[in-house]
This record gives sequence, structure tokens and C-alpha cells, in this order.
Amino acid sequence: MPVSILKQGAYLIASVQSALTDTEVIELRDSLLEKVAKHRSRGVVVDVAALDIIDSFVARSLTTVARTNRLRGAKTVVVGIQPEVAVAMSHFGLRLDDAYTALDLEAGIQLLTG
Amino acid sequence: MRDEIRVRIASDADTVIARQAGRDVALRLGFSRTDATFIATAISEIARNITVHAGEGEITVGGLSEDGRNGLIVTARDEGPGIPDVPAVLRDDYSSELGLGMGLWGATRLMDEIDVSSEPGKGTTVTMKKWRGFDEVGSLLGTG
Repeated sequence: MPVSILKQGAYLIASVQSALTDTEVIELRDSLLEKVAKHRSRGVVVDVAALDIIDSFVARSLTTVARTNRLRGAKTVVVGIQPEVAVAMSHFGLRLDDAYTALDLEAGIQLLTG
Repeated sequence: MRDEIRVRIASDADTVIARQAGRDVALRLGFSRTDATFIATAISEIARNITVHAGEGEITVGGLSEDGRNGLIVTARDEGPGIPDVPAVLRDDYSSELGLGMGLWGATRLMDEIDVSSEPGKGTTVTMKKWRGFDEVGSLLGTG
């Protein structure tokens, strides 16, 4: 899976490295949920700047992560959505319910720790 | 048809190839990055419909000139089970209700024209067009 997930204290940082197939999106979703539970993380930052698109499947998977984390008391911050991707999501009517968003990794970490 | 690309769709890896091919063709035809992303997203949705419902099929992307307008056309074909009620899957309430049925409906929001012809047991053909025009969104974002 072209995603690295690093543990940084009470938080996890997931960086997507390239475009993802649906199978890889499912792997990302499941390993994030598993690692949040295992490390009792208080928050997760998911950097999606490398994603070429966010369609209904990706949006639904990220929403599942955010909703599940929220039920456990952990925050999910999606960072780095490309401007064109954000416009396409908005036309499509796709939302990332229960997730926070931030411009980049630094702003995302600040949102969790600040 | 100039710049036509054909991608066989049999797995979710092919979906990534098809949507990236769609983006490349769009950029070559002079579409903005925003429009190219709309097109790539719509292709991703209809390619998923092929892998999930039909197992395999193909997608072609090419340039289009009609009545003095220039644009791009995407055709997705499969020989899967077909869609019994096409108008229903294009309706807003159907997609939001099912969650999983968002694909075609989403494509209608991202493309300028969409035509779905389907016969139960024989397969589905989806044709989607996008015309080149003034890129409102891109000019606002400074990315057009």
C-alpha cells in the first residue's frame, strides 16, 4: 500500500504517496482503524495531497474512519486536499462528515495538539 | 477520432489507469486542470460500476467536435447484468438512499451530458461528454 503510517506520541500521521486503487483505500481505512485502537491514539492526520481524485468511494472510506474514531474519542484531520479535487467534491456533493480538514500537515498537527 | 485511448477494465488497478488516461487526454485537448479532475473523477465512478456490477468491460476517452464546439467523450461499455431502471439510478434520492449507487449520479454532476443505455442481461453503455468552455472555477482558483 503506497501509504506510510507513523506514530508520533498520542497521534498517528498517515501520508498517501500516490494515487490509490479501491483495494488500497480499503487497506488504508482498515489499518488506520486498527492502529488507532492498538495505540489508543487521540488523533490521526491523513495527508491526501498525493491523491489525484476523491470520489464517492474514497470519501465514504475517509468518513468511516472519521466516524469510527469520533465514537472512540479520537479526532481525524484530512489535510492537503488539492484545490481541483476540492472543487470536484463540492460539485459532486461529497462531504467528509466527522473529519476535520486543514491546509497541510503542519496545520493538521497544530489542530490536534493546539 | 483523434487522441482516443482505450482501457480494458477488469480490476480496480485498471480504474486508476483509465482515470489517469482521461486526465491526460483532457489536458492535451486543452481542458483546465479543474475540468480534467472532474473528468477523472467521473471516469473513476463509472469504471467502479463496471468492476463491481459487470466484472469487466472497457472505457474509451477521445476528443469530440460537434456543431463548432470542442470537447471530450468518454464511453464505458460492459456486458454485465444491466440496469433495470436507468432513470431511477440517475435520481438524487436513489443515490443518497443507497450510498453505493452514487456513481452514475455523481458523473451527471461532473460532466455536461450523460447518456445511459442498458438492457437487463445484455449490458450497459454509458456515454459522457464535457465541452470546453470558460473555466469559471479555475479562474477563481488561479489554476485554470
